[in-house]
Amino acid sequence: MARVRTTVGVLVVAVMLFPLYWMINASFQTNEQLARRSALWLPLGGTLGGYRDAFAQQGGHLLASIVVGAGATVLTLVLATPAAYALALLKAPGGKALLSVLLIVQLVPGIVMANALYRIFSSAGILDSAPALILADSTLAVPFAVLILRAFMISIPGELLEAAALDGAGAVRAFLRIVLPMSRNALITAGLFAFLFAWGDFLFATTLNLSSTTWTPITVGLYNYIGAGTNTTSWNSVMATAVISSLPAAVLLVVAQRHVAAGLSTGAVKD
Amino acid sequence: MTLTLPDGAVHGRAGAPAGGGPGDGRRPRLRRRTLLRLGFLAPVVVYTAVFFLYPLIRNIQLSFQDFGIQSVYSGQAPYNGLGNYRKLFDDPVFLKSVTNTLVFVALSLLCQFLIGLGLAEFFRHTFPLSGLLRSLLLVPWLLPLVVAGTVFRWMLDTSNGVVNQVLLATHLVSDPVPWLNSPHTAMAGVLICNIWIGVPFNMVILYGGLQAIPAGLYEAAALDGAGRRQQFRHVTLPLLKPVIGVVLTLGLIYTLKVFDVIWVMTKGGPANATHTVTTYGYQLSFGGLSEFGVGAAAGDLLIVVAGLFAVFYLRSLRAETGGR
Repeated sequence: MARVRTTVGVLVVAVMLFPLYWMINASFQTNEQLARRSALWLPLGGTLGGYRDAFAQQGGHLLASIVVGAGATVLTLVLATPAAYALALLKAPGGKALLSVLLIVQLVPGIVMANALYRIFSSAGILDSAPALILADSTLAVPFAVLILRAFMISIPGELLEAAALDGAGAVRAFLRIVLPMSRNALITAGLFAFLFAWGDFLFATTLNLSSTTWTPITVGLYNYIGAGTNTTSWNSVMATAVISSLPAAVLLVVAQRHVAAGLSTGAVKD
Repeated sequence: MTLTLPDGAVHGRAGAPAGGGPGDGRRPRLRRRTLLRLGFLAPVVVYTAVFFLYPLIRNIQLSFQDFGIQSVYSGQAPYNGLGNYRKLFDDPVFLKSVTNTLVFVALSLLCQFLIGLGLAEFFRHTFPLSGLLRSLLLVPWLLPLVVAGTVFRWMLDTSNGVVNQVLLATHLVSDPVPWLNSPHTAMAGVLICNIWIGVPFNMVILYGGLQAIPAGLYEAAALDGAGRRQQFRHVTLPLLKPVIGVVLTLGLIYTLKVFDVIWVMTKGGPANATHTVTTYGYQLSFGGLSEFGVGAAAGDLLIVVAGLFAVFYLRSLRAETGGR
């Protein structure tokens, strides 16, 4: 019975992940192979040309994505960690209200945020810049990070903090010396999600940084490749770019496998 | 966006403040501690005010202003009452996008949920490689949505797409299906992609719910002579109900605001066949006509709908946990 289940499971996963295989397969074929009327199931006699083109043409976008993703991750953790600490362990006044607000703000659709942030950033004069995207992308992750960090910190035993208080450690020192080190795994999880949200963002990038030549991320680069309804002739570099854009997700799954499912069910739905 | 599971953040800790009560002679110290606690919260409070509440208020304000391309240059945007909302409801494309949204949301939720539940039920039993296979299934959820849209656009391509090639080779169709190029099939095309993206989330949350059901209940039901189907109906479904509520509510809120997938695959076309309120709202604001006021109104309508469902969900959650 177990062997039957494994076989069925492998088949199910193969079907579900077929689009990913098909993306990788196409990224290694020549455009002549891709244009044929019958599909090539393996990239035999293929090419690395798609990847060469992708790196040559999308290198700058890739760099922008890395910088923006890293910036959004740092900003998210700096904002969310102290708040999660205060909500979980310090019983800060107004904490309950803040939690509800953080839940509710996530209902706001991205198009509303983009519309409003466009106007705010425009009058602040920071459209088409790295800070514009870092600030906008962190809005996807901050509420999420507060909630998963808080859920984790609640499980830190109060006795530890009481003992620290007896030794004369104040709230700040307890935070730096006890809570932060103990929360390492939760911080990694929240940080990785923050990076992934920023990496995958397309809406903010295409509204707030559209006319920037330096600070448009890889998602916009990929979108510009396929354009709107035009017939692309070099699907292999499109697919190579798609593969490159998927790498962070793959890395996340390998590095933080256990935490991903936990993070998902503590609290996240992708935006 | 984020969710709270039934045992999660909504309930918080019981709220008695630590430290002495008011007027017990330790005021200065109390005040210092309170200030310190607030200091930890302050960054997020300020951030939320600037980056969520202010945009929200500005958007509501904007939806009552005549803010078009002329305002971008003149800086003038007179208030026009309900004019933007009236414009929306007189716009046949908007009405079409409302119908499309209903179809898109209902079918996405139904299919994601059923497939997710099937997979969760399948993985409830442990077997060799089950853990690995389960985490591999998460990949579609973690992928940038633009990538998912691009790959499906390639697979659904009319002449070179693998889907048509398989359908033709197996003689299921006699002519290639113009998936994303025909108003009759484009909605099906974007739905397939969106369902694929949503299945992992449904599976993970429902799997967690199934794990929480004590195995003893199934044994007892089996002793009472209940078959698999009866066990599912009388044990699994009732106990899974709160989790099902979470999954469907969050799925609904998320699906209402789906943008990237549709924009990358069809841009709302052909002939507006795949425009939802979200993509059309975006089109109004940023699609070249710069109808920012009308776009803001469409966004506000989305918030109201999502908000109503969230309130409904939180209330049913409270009824469930408070009824003890």
